Amino acid sequence: MQTYDLESDGLRGLNSSLQALAGSTNKTQWNIVNPRGSHAIAVGLDAPIEVNVKGSTGYYCGGMNKQAFIRVHGSVGPGCAENMMSGTVIVEGDASQYAGATGNGGLLVIKGNASSRCGISMKGIDIVVHGNIGHMSAFMAQSGNLVVCGDAGDALGDSLYEARLFVRGSVKSLGADCIEKEMRPEHLEILTDLLTRADSDARPEEFTRYGSARQLYHFNIDNAY
Amino acid sequence: MKDAKESAPRTEPIQSATFSTSINAEIRRAAATGIYDIRGGGAKRKVPHFDDLLFLGASMSRYPLEGYREKCDTKVVLGTRFAKKPIELDIPITIAGMSFGSLSGPAKEALGRGATLAGTSTTTGDGGMTEEERGHSKMLVYQYLPSRYGMNPDDLRRADAIEIVVGQGAKPGGGGMLLGQKISDRVAGMRNLPQGIDQRSACRHPDWTGPDDLEIKILELREITNWEKPIYIKVGGARPYFDTTLAIKAGADVVVLDGMQGGTAATQDVFIEHVGQPILACIREAVRALQDLDLHREVQLIVSGGIRTGADVAKALALGADAVSIGTGALIALGDNDPKWETEYQKLGTTAGAYDDWHEGNDPAGITTQVPELMERLDPIEGGRRLNNYLKVMTLEAQTIARACGKNHIHNLEPEDLVALTLEAAAMARVPLSGTDWWPGKPGTSF
Ligand SMILES: Cc1cc2nc3c(=O)[nH]c(=O)nc-3n(C[C@H](O)[C@H](O)[C@H](O)COP(=O)(O)O)c2cc1C
Repeated sequence: MQTYDLESDGLRGLNSSLQALAGSTNKTQWNIVNPRGSHAIAVGLDAPIEVNVKGSTGYYCGGMNKQAFIRVHGSVGPGCAENMMSGTVIVEGDASQYAGATGNGGLLVIKGNASSRCGISMKGIDIVVHGNIGHMSAFMAQSGNLVVCGDAGDALGDSLYEARLFVRGSVKSLGADCIEKEMRPEHLEILTDLLTRADSDARPEEFTRYGSARQLYHFNIDNAY
Repeated sequence: MKDAKESAPRTEPIQSATFSTSINAEIRRAAATGIYDIRGGGAKRKVPHFDDLLFLGASMSRYPLEGYREKCDTKVVLGTRFAKKPIELDIPITIAGMSFGSLSGPAKEALGRGATLAGTSTTTGDGGMTEEERGHSKMLVYQYLPSRYGMNPDDLRRADAIEIVVGQGAKPGGGGMLLGQKISDRVAGMRNLPQGIDQRSACRHPDWTGPDDLEIKILELREITNWEKPIYIKVGGARPYFDTTLAIKAGADVVVLDGMQGGTAATQDVFIEHVGQPILACIREAVRALQDLDLHREVQLIVSGGIRTGADVAKALALGADAVSIGTGALIALGDNDPKWETEYQKLGTTAGAYDDWHEGNDPAGITTQVPELMERLDPIEGGRRLNNYLKVMTLEAQTIARACGKNHIHNLEPEDLVALTLEAAAMARVPLSGTDWWPGKPGTSF
């Protein structure tokens, strides 16, 4: 187990040490202590290591992650796991805006609530939020799955492309071109898998699926907003 | 009686200047289709530009340099503020970001080849980095755009610099647009979108909203790339003084400023022609911001939008830019709008020199297309050679002017070397109106 004191040893040293680790490293377990809301913690990682952040973080924690398993024992600021490629990021607390923005792959789990624009422009990432999500979530979301065990705020899935949205509670309003869709067996299968991996005991049958009406895919004057 | 009336002089039919033939045609087009006009290219209307400036050359009080023999350096270093590995260019002209998707793979390759031969950089664009371009570009700037299509940490690290695109001169405040005809399987795959849809890239970044957030975003990008890469911020010509100040505040190494004449792959005509300012009006304001922060030359300024010749380059640098960037000129050098395709332009209802339906993907010159048969028309090796020639000529022209003004480095050109032919240009460039020692707004004078 490696322990890194962010307060005394600084961000640069942390990220360069973590980024230097290759797949074959034996330093697979890291504890980051005293994160104290710092930005850009554990960004650009590319090795199958486990990083435990012992506290809350600022912006972009786990940004562009590949392979690594990052667990934040606290809450995260904006843009957590932004543009993640693969690996897992788990947030024990709440997440600020843009959680999982533009993510291409991997799994982001938020045990608390996520603020607005969760999953904005997501491109293949899977996101599971145990609590609620804020407004404009999954705006222009392209692909991947967003699972919300609580409620969703206004304008969910505005200008949605092909991402799948699953919400267990209420949806305050749907955004442009986002509609309720039939939950088919293959969707229940995806949900079951994601809920299990995200350690949630919600039952897949309790969710409603939302997706793109695909009315904005070709410009049509009658659909202009 | 009747005859006299018929032969009486008549009022000449007068076409309204307000309701001109082209305006009327546009009204009819709008009435028939119900959709605004989308096109490629930059502003076509005449706006104050570098043509409205002249160099004075050497005279009694200034000492010129010998035409070919005496050295006139053109090297430019970009990214000296924070980056561990600044970019070193042999010439002060870079190739602007043009998306793969709007341009074909071979066109991107040709740009990379030409830029590399000339000792300069090229830039990716919306839609991600292609092998064609990375493979053939010695120095490649990777754009970080609102859409984040194709964005990934490996390409970020393969890049030589990162350009955060906030705006573009053709459409400050607008996102990209790539219509279905051009969303081939490859383009769709790179963008993670369904094939054949009309695609509109986001107009604002998904995970930061203002300069305070951007500062943190830049920290993240630097952390991911080991603080090696110069970070540029590209803005459209909107509020150049404040935009430059805020870009510097956010931590930019380089500010890229693109005026309204700057090309685009596809945007609404109304946007291209009516939003944003000409580059001539923006340079001095950006330089003023740099000087106010005591960072002129420390943070470099690249300007673009309608740069065509070495004279344009020299004038932009004399006004305080460190380098220029070209898009449209580079495409023309590759063969865009070449009269040799006139018959085909005619079939498309246009003519060589006016062809701007780049978004439709039927480019006879094979540049702004994803149709394999058309793409084949552009030989990337020959294209690269032509682009290199063009860049060389522009550089020689700029050096010719710089030597005539007695400068041993093109960066030594200065506003004092210039006069303006029009009042507007004098006001925008803050150089004297030709034949006077005055410009509108000159300190200590009234207007
Ligand atoms: C075909 C084409 C595609 C472009 N694509 C992009 C792009 O993806 N991102 C961007 O920031 N600017 C883009 N631009 C704008 C250029 O980067 C640059 O700002 C402009 O071309 C400079 O003006 P000029 O064309 O007059 O030289 C594009 C321009 C053209 C002509």
